[in-house]
Amino acid sequence: MTDTAAGFSQAPAATTPRWRGDEPELVQLLTPEGERVEHPTYASDIPDDELRGLYRDLVLVRRVDSEATALQRQGELGIWASLLGQEAAQVGSGRAMAEDDYAFPTYREHGVAWCRGVDPLNLLGLFRGVNHGGWDPNEKNFHLYTIVIGAQTLHATGYAMGMQKDGAESAVLAYFGDGATSQGDVNEAFIYASVFNAPVVFFCQNNQWAISEPIEKQTRIPLYQRARGFGFPGVRVDGNDVLAVLAVTRAALQNAREGNGPTLVEAYTYRMGAHTTSDDPTRYRLTAELESWKLKDPIERVKAYLVRTGKADQAFFDALATEADELAAHVRTGCLEMPDPGPLSIFDHVYADQHPLVEEEREQFAAYLETFEPTDAAAGAAGGH
Amino acid sequence: MTTITLAKGVNMGLRAAMEADPKVLVMGEDVGKLGGVFRVTDGLQKDFGEDRVIDTPLAESGIIGTAIGLALRGYRPVCEIQFDGFVYPAFDQIVSQLAKMRARALGKISLPVVVRIPVGGGIGAVEHHSESNEAYFAHTAGLRVVACSNPVDAYFMTQQAIASDDPVILYEPKRRYWEKADLDESLTLEQAAPLHSARVLREGTDATVIAYGPMVKTAMDAATAAAEEGRELEVVDLRSMSPLDTETIEASARKTGRVVVVHEAPGFLGMGAELAARLTERCFFSLEAPVLRVTGFDTPYPPSRVEEEYLPDLDRILDAVDRSLSY
Repeated sequence: MTDTAAGFSQAPAATTPRWRGDEPELVQLLTPEGERVEHPTYASDIPDDELRGLYRDLVLVRRVDSEATALQRQGELGIWASLLGQEAAQVGSGRAMAEDDYAFPTYREHGVAWCRGVDPLNLLGLFRGVNHGGWDPNEKNFHLYTIVIGAQTLHATGYAMGMQKDGAESAVLAYFGDGATSQGDVNEAFIYASVFNAPVVFFCQNNQWAISEPIEKQTRIPLYQRARGFGFPGVRVDGNDVLAVLAVTRAALQNAREGNGPTLVEAYTYRMGAHTTSDDPTRYRLTAELESWKLKDPIERVKAYLVRTGKADQAFFDALATEADELAAHVRTGCLEMPDPGPLSIFDHVYADQHPLVEEEREQFAAYLETFEPTDAAAGAAGGH
Repeated sequence: MTTITLAKGVNMGLRAAMEADPKVLVMGEDVGKLGGVFRVTDGLQKDFGEDRVIDTPLAESGIIGTAIGLALRGYRPVCEIQFDGFVYPAFDQIVSQLAKMRARALGKISLPVVVRIPVGGGIGAVEHHSESNEAYFAHTAGLRVVACSNPVDAYFMTQQAIASDDPVILYEPKRRYWEKADLDESLTLEQAAPLHSARVLREGTDATVIAYGPMVKTAMDAATAAAEEGRELEVVDLRSMSPLDTETIEASARKTGRVVVVHEAPGFLGMGAELAARLTERCFFSLEAPVLRVTGFDTPYPPSRVEEEYLPDLDRILDAVDRSLSY
C-alpha cells in the first residue's frame, strides 16, 4: 500500500458531514427559552409595540399557512408549500425592508408577502391553479413567486444593478433555500452582485432539507462561509429568532443601500412540515430531529418573552387569536369564491404587442367552443365558479 | 447614402437607440473596449460609458437573468450572446423566465429585452460557433424571433427590436457581417418595413424560395442562376420567425404554386417544417407540388473542413427547385 493510498484510507468518507448546526457564530438575540441575550455586533432595541407587531405577524402568518394546508387537504388547492417553522426568518427579514426595497421570493415566502402587504389570496391563486401568480410586482415591491430554483437571484441582482444606476438609496432582498445554493444561477448571481457591487442581500433560508436531500448533499462547509469566496461578507443567524433576523437583515440592507455591496445572510432554520403537501418526510428523516426543532419554535420564544416581561397582556393574545381566525376566514372564503379563469384567458397577456398567431388561435378556439350547446357546466367555466 | 456593412448596421442601430432612450443598455461578454468579438459594439462604450455598455462576467445565464432584473427596473437591455452555441447556458432564463414572466403577471409587467445572437456557419470556426437554434426560441410562446439578412435591415430591425415591449431574439448572420449595402440615413424607423413583415426581394412566377438570415443571399444567388436558365424564382426574405407574416408567404405560394424553404438549421422540426405545414393547410389547392426543404442535416454541425457540404448552397437550392417543378 502506498502512502497516498494510506492517506486516502484515513480521510473522512465523502458522506461524513464535517460540521453540524449550533455553531458559535450563529447570531442570536432571543434564545429558544425566550431569554434576551446580547450580541457584540447586533443590538436589538426595538420598542415594545414593534415587538408585539412582530409577534402578531408570526401568529397570523402561521394561521394563513395552516388554513392553506387545510384547504389543500380539502381539495381546494392543488398543492401548498408550507412555511411552518420558517416564520421568524420570513417576518424578521420582511420587516427589515424599507418601502422602496424590493423582494424576490421563491414559492414559500408567504411570510414575506404578508410583511409587504400582499393579500394572501394572491398567493393562493397560484396553488389553486387559477393563475401563475398574477399580482403586480411593482405594487408592493414583491416579485412573483419563482418556481425554478434559484433563477430569481439573478433577477434580484439585475434589479439591484438598476437601483444602483438610478442612484436610488434602496436595496433588494433575494430569497432562496439551501438546495438553491447548488444552482449555477445562484453562484452567477453572487458573482454579478460582487463585481458590480450591487445593493442586494442574499437571504438563504437553510431549512436543512431540499425535499428529501439533507444539507450535507449540498455543501461541505457552512453556507454563509461561501460568501467569502465571492468577495463579500456572510453571516449566519438563528433563523428562528425574529429579533436576530431583523437586526442582521436590517444591517445588511443598510450596508447595501450605502454602497457597500452584497451580503449573504444564512438564516439557520428548519422546515417543520413537508416540502409541499405532496411530500412525505417520514420516508427520509427521523422524528427525533423534528422533535428537537420543536423546542426551538420561532413563535413560542417570543410569547415567553412577552409574557415574562409583561410587554403583552392576556387581552393582547385574545384579540390576536380573534384576528387570526378572521384572517383564516378571509382566506378560506376568498379561496372558495375565487373564479376559475375562462378558457379564452389562456390567450391573454402572452405578448405586450399584438401577435397574429395567438390572436388567430384565440379566434379559432372561440369559434370551436361556440359549436357546443351551452350547458350549465360550460356556462360556469366561462363565467365563473 | 452611406455604404455600410451588416455589422455596422447593427452598430448604428444600437447607437441610434441609445441616443434616443437613456434606458437602453448594451451588455455582454467583451462588448466594451474590444467592441465585441465581431466589433458590432465598437465605440459604444467610449461614447456611452461603462454604465450603459457593460462588460459582464463570463456567464450567459447571468447576462439574461440580470437583464430581466434591469428590465423590471425600467431599463431596456440589449444582450449580446457571443456565439449561437453559447446561448444554451441561458436557456432557462430565456425560455422559462424571460418569455413567460409577462403572462405570469397577467400582463402587469413587460420585459423589453433584446437578445442578439450571431448565428450560423460558414466562417470556418471550431464547434459550437456555427449553430442555428432559431427553432427552440420560435417554439417558445412569449418570445419574438427575427433575423436580419442585410445591412439596411440590420440597422432598422435592431432599433425595432429594442422598441418592442416584448422580448426579442435578434439573429445576425455572422458570415454576412461584412456584406455591404447603401443606407439612406434620412429614412425614419416609421418608414422602414415593420419588424415582423416578410419581404419579397425578387419577383418570380415559377417557384418561391423562402429563406432568412444568412441563406437569403444564397437564395438570391440561386435565383440569378435560375434566371440564366429561363426560370423566374420569387425570393422571400422571411425576416420574422415568430410571428410569421403568413399573408406575404401565402400570397407568394398561391402565385407560384411551388415553395422551397431554405435554412441552415437541421430540417427535422425546423422552420421549414412549420412553413410546409402552414402553407399546406392554407394553400392546398393552389400548390402544384409539396413544399420542399433545403436545410442543414440532422447531425451535429460538422467540422469546418466539411461545413460547405453541410450548408445549403446554390446547387442544392436549384436541385430542390428542379424537384418541385417535376411534379
